Amino acid sequence: MVKPASKPDSALLTRRAGLPLDWETLLVVILALSLGAGRLLSDVFLTGENLANVLADLTEVALMALPMTLIIVAAEIDLSVASVLGASSALLGVLWHMGVPMPLAMALVMVAGALAGLFNGLVIVKLNLPSLAVTIGTLALFRGLAYVLLGDRAVADFPPAYTAFGMNTLGSTFIPLPFLIVAACAVAFTLLLQATAFGRSLYAIGANSTAAAFSGIDVAKIKLRLFVLSGAMSALAGIVYTLRFTSARGDNGEGFELSVIAAVLFGGVSIFGGRGSMYGVLLSLLIVGILKNALTLADVSSETLTIVTGALLLASVLIPNLAARWRTLREKRALARAAN
Amino acid sequence: MMGHSTSPHPLHGGEPRVQRRGALALAFAQTLAKSRETTLFVVLVIIVGGTGLAKPEFLNLQNLRDVLLNVAIVSLLTAGMTIVILMRHIDLSVGSTVGISAYAVGSLYVAFPHLPVIVALAAGLGIGMIAGSINALLVAVGRVPSLVATLATLYIFRGADYAWVHGGQINATSLPDAYSRLATGTVLGVPVLALIAVALLVGLSVYLKQFRPGREYYAIGSNPEAARLAGINVERRVAMGFVISGAIAGLAGALWLARFGTVDASTAKGIELQVVAAAVVGSVAITGGVGTILGATLGALVLGVISIALVVLHVSPFWEQAIQGALIVAAIAADTLLARSVAKRMMRKRDHG
Repeated sequence: MVKPASKPDSALLTRRAGLPLDWETLLVVILALSLGAGRLLSDVFLTGENLANVLADLTEVALMALPMTLIIVAAEIDLSVASVLGASSALLGVLWHMGVPMPLAMALVMVAGALAGLFNGLVIVKLNLPSLAVTIGTLALFRGLAYVLLGDRAVADFPPAYTAFGMNTLGSTFIPLPFLIVAACAVAFTLLLQATAFGRSLYAIGANSTAAAFSGIDVAKIKLRLFVLSGAMSALAGIVYTLRFTSARGDNGEGFELSVIAAVLFGGVSIFGGRGSMYGVLLSLLIVGILKNALTLADVSSETLTIVTGALLLASVLIPNLAARWRTLREKRALARAAN
Repeated sequence: MMGHSTSPHPLHGGEPRVQRRGALALAFAQTLAKSRETTLFVVLVIIVGGTGLAKPEFLNLQNLRDVLLNVAIVSLLTAGMTIVILMRHIDLSVGSTVGISAYAVGSLYVAFPHLPVIVALAAGLGIGMIAGSINALLVAVGRVPSLVATLATLYIFRGADYAWVHGGQINATSLPDAYSRLATGTVLGVPVLALIAVALLVGLSVYLKQFRPGREYYAIGSNPEAARLAGINVERRVAMGFVISGAIAGLAGALWLARFGTVDASTAKGIELQVVAAAVVGSVAITGGVGTILGATLGALVLGVISIALVVLHVSPFWEQAIQGALIVAAIAADTLLARSVAKRMMRKRDHG
């Protein structure tokens, strides 16, 4: 059994379910299994070039999943991330066409993304509205602004020095350059959630926001910061996406919000807040990336692949729930037998 | 102090006062509910009137018919979504259900070209009920939060659709005339499709207002614990809500096929957001317990009229989504502020009345 006192947060989910290991350990096992499955499905799976593809393909979803983890731990949600990505991509294209130099354009896009997040945060915090409803609205609003900016045109003439960053790998290794950004952000967000007072206050807010407020946490300010952070990270994802595909378009990243949320939840973060860890989410991102890549190599179409995402998402909640139920049933039976 | 009718409470005047307060609260709640729908209706009239003044050609029968046809399917889906949202749940899988049902009914016609229309509609309904039952099982029995469960089935149903369809397409030529007439035919100038939608919406509205299960959806959404203590079988009711939402989505898929003729694996992709938006604009509270079919339908109408008005006003279609989004945020904010000011007024009445 799990040692109850040592790892209360991550162990809770599986301890309740009666599984003899915590969720992150289970994810490590699944990760190993999916690597093995990938090797079985295709000979090219374990080549450096293909692993580079795996890492490159999870760039944008990972960049948005990091702040989303914080938001869901605090029992909120941000459905507008992919729309901010699209609007940022479109804005970058427009600024570049206006003759704004790339570094300045990228900085402006980041600021715009943070402002979009600030808008979400202000509406949610100041008017005390549910984030699910508000960000469904801004999902449409920001995507709409992306179309207003670029229409159905595409901007593709970005300077080669920048697009090379999107496509090249680090020296002679298989690590794509954009992945360095993901890795740096992953370290920063892991520290932020697991090793700072800010991170701990997110768990407190997610578990019980009234209690958190009474214990002196400025809930409104923290939530506002979370949404600003989410907006800025989505803008960063928009910039990287644009450079990787050398294409600024209004419909870039459409529907990514669902992949982001699926990855966070499969990582063991509770949709009700207060539970989950960044390690779990990082593992989940790798697993989803590897499974998708391996199945694509096995000629499964990318649209059909969504079945895998959906199934993983369901399994991450359903299996612990059913195991818990099975265990209570068994305990009840044991009690009944003891009474006889 | 509720039961002291024989000896009135010395300070508060006893039962009559309590009754009056109850009646007052009820009257306020009714005014509020009415005012939400009245506001929406006024907004609708303003949009139609304003566009009509700017471009008189907007007010013609063809545009009216287009609005009705466009809104018919979305308003049906919105009604199903309303039942689910009333219970503090959400059903994100409706778009995928519409897609798979539309293709399935189309395939039925390819296999059996002489299928009666009613059988085809029933088949769509049945497929939707199966999809809804899967959601119901996951949420009510598996205790998966509905946002997670229906996000997963959104993926799974759509993925299954792609795996099955494999790039195929069904065209209007495979459909018998009788079936296409569901969308093209009219009775007294009103499209048949719109009549079907209105009949179903009225039925659902009566179901929610007058029948015990209908009231239970509101009770569950207002306070699930209290609903349970009041003897409501919450699991069964929640399951029923998801089956109804799925069934409506399945039927909507069959109607979609009649309306558009051409369907493939990407049919109705992403429509769930439009549906949730229509419900939210129609004053269905995402926090549960508040909302009506009439409001939801008006919400769908407002969004539908706006999109046609933009075309008539020669506004770039690229603005449509941004305007819709701004409208959704404004609607949620206005609704909540209105509800809060009414609640405050009621508190003042209670304290000083």
